[in-house]
Amino acid sequence: MTFGQLPYDLAHLLGGAVLLLSFVLLYQRRISAVINAFATQGALLALAAAWQGYVQGVTGLYVTAAIAFGAKAVLIPYALHRLVRRFNLQRGVDPALGIGASLIAGVALAGFAMMVVLPATAGQRALAREDLALALSVVLLGGLMMITRRNLISQVIGLLSLENGLILAAVGVAGMPLVMELSTAALVLMLAVIAGVFALQMGESFQSLDTESLQSHRGEGE
Amino acid sequence: MMPLPWIMVFLPWVGALLLLSFPRLRVAAAVNIGCAASSFLLAIALFTVPHGEQGWTRIDALNLPFVLLAAFVALTTAIFSAAMIAGEGFDHWRIRAYHAAFQVFLGAQYLALLSDNLGVLWVAIEIATLASVLMVAVHRTPAAMEAAWKFFMICGFGIALALFGTILLYSAAQALLDAESGLSWAALKRVAARCDADTLNLAFVFLLVGYGTKAGLVPLHSWLPDAHAEGPIAISAVLSGLLLNAAMLAVLRAKAIIGAHPDTITTGPLLMALGLASVLLASLALWRRRDARRFFGWSSIEHMGIAAFAFGIGGPAANLAGLLHMIGHSLVKSAIFFGVGRAAQQKGSQKLADISGLIASDPWLGWGLALAIGAIAGLPPFLLFASEYGVLTAAMAAQPWLAATLALGLVVAMTALIHTLQALCFGTASPDLAAATGGAAVLAPLWLHLAVALILGLAMPAIFTGMLGAAAGIIG
Repeated sequence: MTFGQLPYDLAHLLGGAVLLLSFVLLYQRRISAVINAFATQGALLALAAAWQGYVQGVTGLYVTAAIAFGAKAVLIPYALHRLVRRFNLQRGVDPALGIGASLIAGVALAGFAMMVVLPATAGQRALAREDLALALSVVLLGGLMMITRRNLISQVIGLLSLENGLILAAVGVAGMPLVMELSTAALVLMLAVIAGVFALQMGESFQSLDTESLQSHRGEGE
Repeated sequence: MMPLPWIMVFLPWVGALLLLSFPRLRVAAAVNIGCAASSFLLAIALFTVPHGEQGWTRIDALNLPFVLLAAFVALTTAIFSAAMIAGEGFDHWRIRAYHAAFQVFLGAQYLALLSDNLGVLWVAIEIATLASVLMVAVHRTPAAMEAAWKFFMICGFGIALALFGTILLYSAAQALLDAESGLSWAALKRVAARCDADTLNLAFVFLLVGYGTKAGLVPLHSWLPDAHAEGPIAISAVLSGLLLNAAMLAVLRAKAIIGAHPDTITTGPLLMALGLASVLLASLALWRRRDARRFFGWSSIEHMGIAAFAFGIGGPAANLAGLLHMIGHSLVKSAIFFGVGRAAQQKGSQKLADISGLIASDPWLGWGLALAIGAIAGLPPFLLFASEYGVLTAAMAAQPWLAATLALGLVVAMTALIHTLQALCFGTASPDLAAATGGAAVLAPLWLHLAVALILGLAMPAIFTGMLGAAAGIIG
């Protein structure tokens, strides 16, 4: 499988689109726009998983795709939108690092991922290699978003999109066992994170969803 | 019938379901002890199971001692927790959630230690994370929430990296494996020599940093002190005593696979670098702590660093010293948290400045804690003295300069610990704000752990010596 063949091209396109959405996530200034971009990424991830299921002839991947679509494109964005409305959090994302600087860092990380993965996997099929490189970029960009955003919801979305990268990697490796189980387990972790945000809000321990308000409780206390 | 290792995993989880239905504190605590005691008996019974794989679990010399250790610490912690939990003032929902989370955590620990399948291992570590976050956050104070959030985010990131490493590992071996053997550790180790060396290297870096996060290794260690400072103190004992070991064993399993290929990077320098960085950072950080539980949390980072350094040197002697160090650290550190828990309860504060003169006010507690802190500082005759001596001699033979740096870190940390030991245990007693509750059930686990660490340090039973020697060979 190489360039010019439909299975490869489409898989590559979908993987690239997931990565593109990671960049889109980085330059949104409003929380609701971030959530929408995340929902789009989830839908694209589901498509990528379904296409891999078709190409590899593995029915389990369709289930992974269905779970990804249901949870990441519908359920989680819906819950997050409700959270934002209910607690009246319609405001900016409070980047700790400016939008422009985050994008530059993002490009550097994506380049880094390519430089690390492509030489290291020289022995493998082209599709698997490129998929892994794209997936690592998505993982690193998710991590970047977790670091550079002070807003709690943005941090959660950073972790969620990081996890999208993991699923992308797992579906791209042909014959990987337990993909469905692992993606479900990862999803449970993500749902728990969101439940945690709800718990933080319901407990009214904090007035805002801003990790700055948590800072005073960290460490030894000043 | 189900293989014994599977029962070992499922028993605590069934116990957790059961515990969800007990709103009364006394009953729940008793059932909790009952579950832990049954697990302990099962762990002993596991020694009769022939080594090898049973489906997605495996039994070998590397995990058996740690399963027994985990079950032992879990049992004593359950007893300690039953004696102390009345002071927490939980409502019935928290009683249910706390005890159920405790057993879920234990089941996940046994699963992480026993699993042969790397995917199952990852899921187990994840479940353990979820359960421990719940226990850390149970008080729901702002500080507890901050600690739990940090724990969640950093460990979420860490285990995501570990999963990526697992996927890479599989992608390296994919062509050589059939669908059934999948992510089996034994199968991966068998075919590792024929895999692509570069992919294996990359996978190891991700697995090391990923599981290293959970083992409290620098640079992703910062969740650890905060998580140890919040929640009921029994949680600190199992976090240090169990969770860190399970994560370190996951790193060792990865090391064994990568090491089976002749042309991969030597994994040693990476482990040594992270280990040494952890020791040096923690030895300095220890001087700046004001909170007792955070102080001993940092000490856990130091000790996991020493163990990682030992495995980095490699070879039978250093590996054995590293394993002994993990065992000794689990025993003594959980004993310290028992003592600190009792002291914090009496003094009404866990600030180091508010606790002093424990020997004068409560000799059994004061001397117990003093001996335990001395043991964790590496003073003879406890097990940690033997293991640190082993690490240093092995390091001296392999890398004299690094050995000297490690020794410097150890001495700085030791002086910080002795300094704290004097402040906590000697001198004039600070006033007690609350009467001690729980009686002997609080202090008996402390002294029992010290006794075991002493016996293992002076005369380890032959069965363990042989087994740990074999385990040192497995890591390679």
